[in-house]
Amino acid sequence: MTQPVATVERTPLFEEHLRLGAQMTNFGGWSMPLQYSSIREEHQAVRSAAGLFDLSHMGEIEVSGTDAVAQLERLLTNEVATLKPGRARYALLCNEQGGILDDLLVYNLSPGYLLVVNAGNQDKDFEWVAAHTPAGTARNMGRQTALIGVQGPRAPALVQRLADRDLKDVKYYAFVDRRVAGVPCRVSRTGYTGEDGFELFCQPSEAVRLWQRLLDAGGEVGLKPAGLGARDTLRLEAGMRLYGNDLDEQTNPLEAGLDWAVKLDKDFIGRDAIGRVAQQGLPRVTVGLRMRDRSIPRHGYRVLDEGRPVGTVSSGNVSFTLGYNIALAFVPPARSQVGTSLAVDVRGAAAPADVVALPFYRRPHP
Amino acid sequence: MAELSGLRFSESHEWVRQEGDTATIGISEYAQSQLGDVIYLEFPSVGQKLKVGDRFGVVESVKAASDLYSPVAGEVAAVNDALKEHPELLNNDPYGKGWILKLRGVSPNPKLLDQDAYNALVEGPGH
Repeated sequence: MTQPVATVERTPLFEEHLRLGAQMTNFGGWSMPLQYSSIREEHQAVRSAAGLFDLSHMGEIEVSGTDAVAQLERLLTNEVATLKPGRARYALLCNEQGGILDDLLVYNLSPGYLLVVNAGNQDKDFEWVAAHTPAGTARNMGRQTALIGVQGPRAPALVQRLADRDLKDVKYYAFVDRRVAGVPCRVSRTGYTGEDGFELFCQPSEAVRLWQRLLDAGGEVGLKPAGLGARDTLRLEAGMRLYGNDLDEQTNPLEAGLDWAVKLDKDFIGRDAIGRVAQQGLPRVTVGLRMRDRSIPRHGYRVLDEGRPVGTVSSGNVSFTLGYNIALAFVPPARSQVGTSLAVDVRGAAAPADVVALPFYRRPHP
Repeated sequence: MAELSGLRFSESHEWVRQEGDTATIGISEYAQSQLGDVIYLEFPSVGQKLKVGDRFGVVESVKAASDLYSPVAGEVAAVNDALKEHPELLNNDPYGKGWILKLRGVSPNPKLLDQDAYNALVEGPGH
């Protein structure tokens, strides 16, 4: 599970994680906290109060230049030209075959754009972006950027309390520049937990100060540091896809159920291949599964229909919030309707499961 | 926490407390800390006969599914039903209320480690 820490990269908060007693794990080539106390407690803190996440392993790619909009329209599945300054949008980076190279958020920095990409893909993504943009217009900023997530119902008020100016006009998927705890930050109302909250970009040299101030100030509202374990169980409940589990280069965005982030009426790399698949009919689609018993579906387990293998689980785990076990799975379209009875092969036993609507969990007051 | 003296450990992190020809089996503090939050266990049937090293169940945590191996030979006399409703007992009290099964007709396994040898194993290089 873990590899020697010396061979992997560290974020500016590495020492803070050790001080907090975190179990560290290698995630995408980075030594990251898997959990501090317990995944269940950290998960519940985010759903009921707030959680603090080190996301500094994530990659950041800046794209500048007068033709940046046109180049990003060609690279990304979602529209860029209609993205207003100060707003972010989810999009996919695809290859010519329509396979997903990464999923990301594109921010309109006006001037220029920022792509926030998965940690393990950041160098691959940068090479791809650089190869499709004029020399010198794309910059790989992942290792010069720290990122801290504050997520949960108590998170907005907590960040507001430490901010130098008002944040209440910062809508979901919008961002502003603010000082938080005196640290210059890009404050983005985004996240990967299904809760309200912010993600704070800052200089690596300021990350420890910002982290400590958020931890100190958050204690009284029940904020806990939360690791990658809780991040995974939280995002799964929210139906959010994880690159490497639910998305990869062999998966196209329509199979992944991400058609809302794909604009087939514009020209982008992979469009023709994706358009062909859409016309021919998808061989498989992504569904949510709810387990009827306590078996836990895991990545790679087979989905069964009356005993025959028809699909594969891409992510699965316990849902602490809902009290049953859930999975994202690829199944044939004919078996994808909500209410369809299927099963998951859990160590040779057919564990019954029902197709349910996604997301599994939606926060009470969006 | 339950009394640890007299416990013997396997290299696969099960513990056994043998009293006469009966034995109680669980997993170590180190094992529970590595597994993280336990959410479900698969148990053997009462009456099932186990040899040393037989897979007798599965513990599912948030992180992964891990097999359990019998550290001694014997016949399953009881399983800890409390873990079915409260699997977190395995995290909170691995040597006490988090026991997993009891065996009867047990033959001792001289290859098991005492506590010092087990601690050396889990605290040794690489941990």
